[in-house]
Amino acid sequence: MEHVIDIQHLSKSFGAHEVLKDIDFSVDKGEVVCIIGSSGSGKSTLLRCVNLLENPSGGRIIYKGVNILDDNHDVYAYRTKLGMVFQQFNLFNNHNVLDNCIVGQTKVLKHSREDAKKVAMKYLKVVGMEQYINAKPKQLSGGQKQRVAIARALSMEPDVMLFDEPTSALDPEMVEEVLKVMKQLAEIGLTMLIVTHEMEFAKDVADRVVFMDGGVIVEEGCPEQIFNNPTQERTREFLKRILK
Amino acid sequence: MSFDWIVKIMSENWLMFIRGAGITLYISIIGTILGFIIGLLVGVIRTIPIPERGVKKVILKIINFILSVYIEIFRGTPMIVQAMVIYYGAALAFDIDMNRLSAALFIVSINTGAYMSEIVRGGIVSIDKGQFEAAHAIGMNHIQTMVNVILPQVIRNILPATGNEFVINIKDTSVLNVISVTELYFQTKSVAGNNFRYFESFFITCIIYFIMTFTVTRILRSIERKIDGPDNYVMYANQMQVDRPENMMNRTTNDI
Repeated sequence: MEHVIDIQHLSKSFGAHEVLKDIDFSVDKGEVVCIIGSSGSGKSTLLRCVNLLENPSGGRIIYKGVNILDDNHDVYAYRTKLGMVFQQFNLFNNHNVLDNCIVGQTKVLKHSREDAKKVAMKYLKVVGMEQYINAKPKQLSGGQKQRVAIARALSMEPDVMLFDEPTSALDPEMVEEVLKVMKQLAEIGLTMLIVTHEMEFAKDVADRVVFMDGGVIVEEGCPEQIFNNPTQERTREFLKRILK
Repeated sequence: MSFDWIVKIMSENWLMFIRGAGITLYISIIGTILGFIIGLLVGVIRTIPIPERGVKKVILKIINFILSVYIEIFRGTPMIVQAMVIYYGAALAFDIDMNRLSAALFIVSINTGAYMSEIVRGGIVSIDKGQFEAAHAIGMNHIQTMVNVILPQVIRNILPATGNEFVINIKDTSVLNVISVTELYFQTKSVAGNNFRYFESFFITCIIYFIMTFTVTRILRSIERKIDGPDNYVMYANQMQVDRPENMMNRTTNDI
């Protein structure tokens, strides 16, 4: 299997506080990886390090055979290859739904507006938001915002989609609509790296589940193994707390 | 009788008043616009994230230092003194005989620019960090992020503060009479010097100033409404000298 992203010995400290310790981890093409773990375990930081929203303190991130942490590497071009979906949606407030999905394509990828619009409409249809193209973000519900955010990330046609707790800021009844879209994306073979608290979703959709605690990867494996036969004591404790 | 005098002065000197008001408006409009542009540029430069090492860090630090010196000096000294120092200083040091009007425009612009820089910086800082992160995550660099995402929101939010600067400029151009710019105050002084009716002459000027500032305030408010469209952004408020409680009431009800 081809590694899309290969992380080696990654570490991250905020001052004296070490959030990530020597992480080794990779994502294969077409794979859906869910990262689970309690708050403060470093899973969001790991995700944010992958697209360099946080600068790792050490280690290597290999993408297409190149270490993107090298000084002369073009960070901006690399980021266009990773779609990011945030917990707080972070739609551009000054743009309507359509322009949210277009602005990156025209300004960063330098596509023409017509092409960009076609691509944007295609993905807005995927997430079921094509009727709302003229709405401003503040006129949408949380679930709608998150679906537009997913369409915005997809519109850049990235190699990997990163989801940072995409349903944690949503009302319970809106969680489903977002998870449904994500499930759909997993089915069409998109490579996804998902930080989540939705254990049922992870069980259902993930090819591989990674359990993090205290800044290290404690255990990883297929969902059946992690959820039914965890080998580590810490994983067992966490799942007992979460699943009851 | 004072009232008779007011009518008499007005009818005899109306052209001088109008000319003075014209110059005042001209200086304050151009000065505010140029100051606004200076403020945007300085604000954007001062919010460039400083890298942890490298040459870029040193260059940015130097530029930031120069910009803060500029802001501190022009905010920290009175415009009337700046006018004297720049106008007569230029003549003394470089043998430049500045055109009075361009000197006035220069002084008002850089003065407004110093204030606007801080207003813009405040506007940028007040934008949610998520907006920057989302822009960076789709591959935008600092300039693209600013132009496409942040500044449109900032400009909307700092419009009230910009209106303030405009109103302040209309009033503060009066200090430029010290370098003999023929704005409204200077004209009034000439009028009063001829007829020795100081109260009546300046009373007329007082009314003219108020008409100008009030009109500008109303125009800016309608521009704000136009930008907002059917509903509003959250306002970034700064020294809301020109805002009234009933306007604020309207805004909260239209919010969300």
